[in-house]
Amino acid sequence: MPKSNVVLVSVDSNSVLKGAKYFKNLFQQLVDEYKLSDFVEVLETGSFGVYKDGVIIAIYPEEVYYEIKDAADVKKVVEEHLLKGRRAKDLELDAELFTRKLSVEAKKVVEETRIVLRNAGVIDPTNINEYIARDGYMALAKVLNEMKPQEVVEVVKESGLRGRGGAGFPTGLKWEFTMKTDADQKYVICNADEGEPGTFKDRLIMEGDPHSLIEAMTIAGYAVGATKGYIYIRGEYYGSIQNIQKAIKDAYEYGLLGEDILGSGFTFHLAVRLGAGAYVCGEETALMESIEGKAGRPRLKPPYPPVSGLYSKPTVINNVETFVNVPQIILNGADWFKSIGTESSPGTKVFSLCGNIVNRGIVEAPMGTTVRDLIYKFGGGIANGKALKMVQTGGTAGTFIGPDKLDVPLDFDSMKNYGVSLGSGVILVIDEDNCAVDVLKNAMEFFEHESCGKCTPCREGTKMLVHMLNDISKGKGKREYLDAMKNIASTMLDSAFCGLGQSVPVPLNSMLNNFEAEFLKHIESKESPCGICKFEKPKKKLVKS
Amino acid sequence: MEKSICEQHEKLYAELDKFIEEIHADGSALIEVLHKAQQLFGHLPVEVQEYIAEKLNIPVSKVFGVVTFYSFFTMKPRGKHQIKVCLGTACYVKGADRLMDRFKEELGVEEDGVTKDGLFSLHGVRCLGACSMAPVVMIGENDFYGRVTPDEVPKIIRNYTK
Ligand SMILES: Cc1cc2nc3c(=O)[nH]c(=O)nc-3n(C[C@H](O)[C@H](O)[C@H](O)COP(=O)(O)O)c2cc1C
Ligand code: SF4
Ligand code: FES
Ligand code: FES
Repeated sequence: MPKSNVVLVSVDSNSVLKGAKYFKNLFQQLVDEYKLSDFVEVLETGSFGVYKDGVIIAIYPEEVYYEIKDAADVKKVVEEHLLKGRRAKDLELDAELFTRKLSVEAKKVVEETRIVLRNAGVIDPTNINEYIARDGYMALAKVLNEMKPQEVVEVVKESGLRGRGGAGFPTGLKWEFTMKTDADQKYVICNADEGEPGTFKDRLIMEGDPHSLIEAMTIAGYAVGATKGYIYIRGEYYGSIQNIQKAIKDAYEYGLLGEDILGSGFTFHLAVRLGAGAYVCGEETALMESIEGKAGRPRLKPPYPPVSGLYSKPTVINNVETFVNVPQIILNGADWFKSIGTESSPGTKVFSLCGNIVNRGIVEAPMGTTVRDLIYKFGGGIANGKALKMVQTGGTAGTFIGPDKLDVPLDFDSMKNYGVSLGSGVILVIDEDNCAVDVLKNAMEFFEHESCGKCTPCREGTKMLVHMLNDISKGKGKREYLDAMKNIASTMLDSAFCGLGQSVPVPLNSMLNNFEAEFLKHIESKESPCGICKFEKPKKKLVKS
Repeated sequence: MEKSICEQHEKLYAELDKFIEEIHADGSALIEVLHKAQQLFGHLPVEVQEYIAEKLNIPVSKVFGVVTFYSFFTMKPRGKHQIKVCLGTACYVKGADRLMDRFKEELGVEEDGVTKDGLFSLHGVRCLGACSMAPVVMIGENDFYGRVTPDEVPKIIRNYTK
């Protein structure tokens, strides 16, 4: 007999640190004590994508969400909700938070659309059976039994899926190039180095639904003719590493990885490789150097990975989020996928909402959702009643925009059309208490620190930028600096060796252009205009009186 | 005393050997091996690097190049508890720099410094992927502190001195 109530406790790494495992055990213990165990099942799941101070739990089938802060809260939920059948009102969270409806245009009502996150927060990520019960590995079975590799590539191409790692390259094309290159060995790599500050979506996917990534990569392997794959995960993502490793082990046991998968004769092996703390290793060729055991410095392109990638063999490399779309596209078809999002950018995007915003967390919304809707409808607005000053979209390599650009719909074309980048989907909200000079300085320090030093424009350019911003923040800036900085940026754009150096002009120019007045104020006044930067006093001789 | 340290090291080297054998490591597994070695020894002094180079049959210069490239690897001992303050942008706008200053003050060390008793070292790190809890401090591999205010710093430190 199925149990009538299910208690889902989110055990993503943030929640675990707030006591999620302990609360889960306590739930189980109390359920047993009250002899409810025939009716109530307590399960672990990934993150619900909404973050509060406490641990979030959900009770199905009612779909009620509670925030648990201590043992007393657990007791209350068990006694009130499970035993007596009433809501524990004071702990209850607004269910709207989890299934937000928002109107993108006056007529069209759009809900949070979950393709990539369909399982996160719904299943127990460490249990392969739960994934299978939600159509898991169905796409793989379909591909292996019914489709030729060429057909798989066609569907992905037709769907218009574009890379979610930042650059937006059409995934189907990438797969096609790799398929068409002849070689004795090919590889599939998942870029799970998630280093873009402010981004935490890949982590949520890997912790909440690891099998979907494994399934997608195996499909990619079949499509392009690769028998080996690597998932390159950031070394600091302990929770992701654990769940992915467990999932790989289980997939092998079920015959979903390894030799002769599902009796099809197709072989695919998958292993995890760990990053060691270098942002530039997120760049695809640097990442390959790193998997080969070398210092992760980028390679000269071309040749591109589909021709010469890992160990100089043809290689498909995609971001976690990109991959996870694939099984759903296979099952539901390219037309279904194209019906979501915008014409140039079909599908959804997982956005990371962070900074001075009320509901910080992850939300998956159709491509083309505006910055305003993300901040106010999903994010609940600016925290602490402050005024919005600026938003950085797309990550540290993304654009700084003022409140005048909030109505720009975000997709891969918004950079070209409106100067607002989508990047990895970060929406970093910055309120009036922050200073433009200071924020830009922090961003440039990041690039200076992460520059790998291989090419001069980036290595020296980032140093000079930080130096000038430092001067400005200390009241020692000069007017000429503004043009000089733009000059350095354009040199970097033209001549830096890889995407890291080439992307520095994006945040720099957008900040200088949108907030020039504030820079001038720092340069011209004698006192720090808003007190965040500490102006150095001109040295005075101490005169004894 | 001297001897026990040696013995301890021998044990660690033996464990490293076992790991290298288990994964059939060659030069391409260098980073995996270094991860393991740092976990065992706490840091990667030149002797350990030389040992690994010989084991994997690659030049020491290559090992050195990799160790110095990745910020995760260190040649200097770090504190027993590594305090990592996230200085990523999302934490920065939530006051991570003030948090860092408070840690410096409370511990009496600069960034990347180790306290005299060897108990703590202090590091500024890039985004830890926990921006929803900004500002974030991570201690060791498992302890996360979110939405930290400077005034909570002494209490956090005390968790590890008891
Ligand atoms: C400096 C730099 C860092 C990058 N970091 C990442 C990253 O953390 N994750 C990612 O998926 N792509 C990252 N990329 C983009 C990759 O080079 C590559 O375009 C991507 O993995 C391709 O996958 P996609 O087509 O699915 O987006 C980075 C690029 C650069 C230049
Ligand atoms: S642009 Fe920067 S990160 Fe890229 S190769 Fe040059 S120095 Fe290295
Ligand atoms: S930080 Fe505003 S004064 Fe410079
Ligand atoms: S910026 Fe600190 S965790 Fe992301």
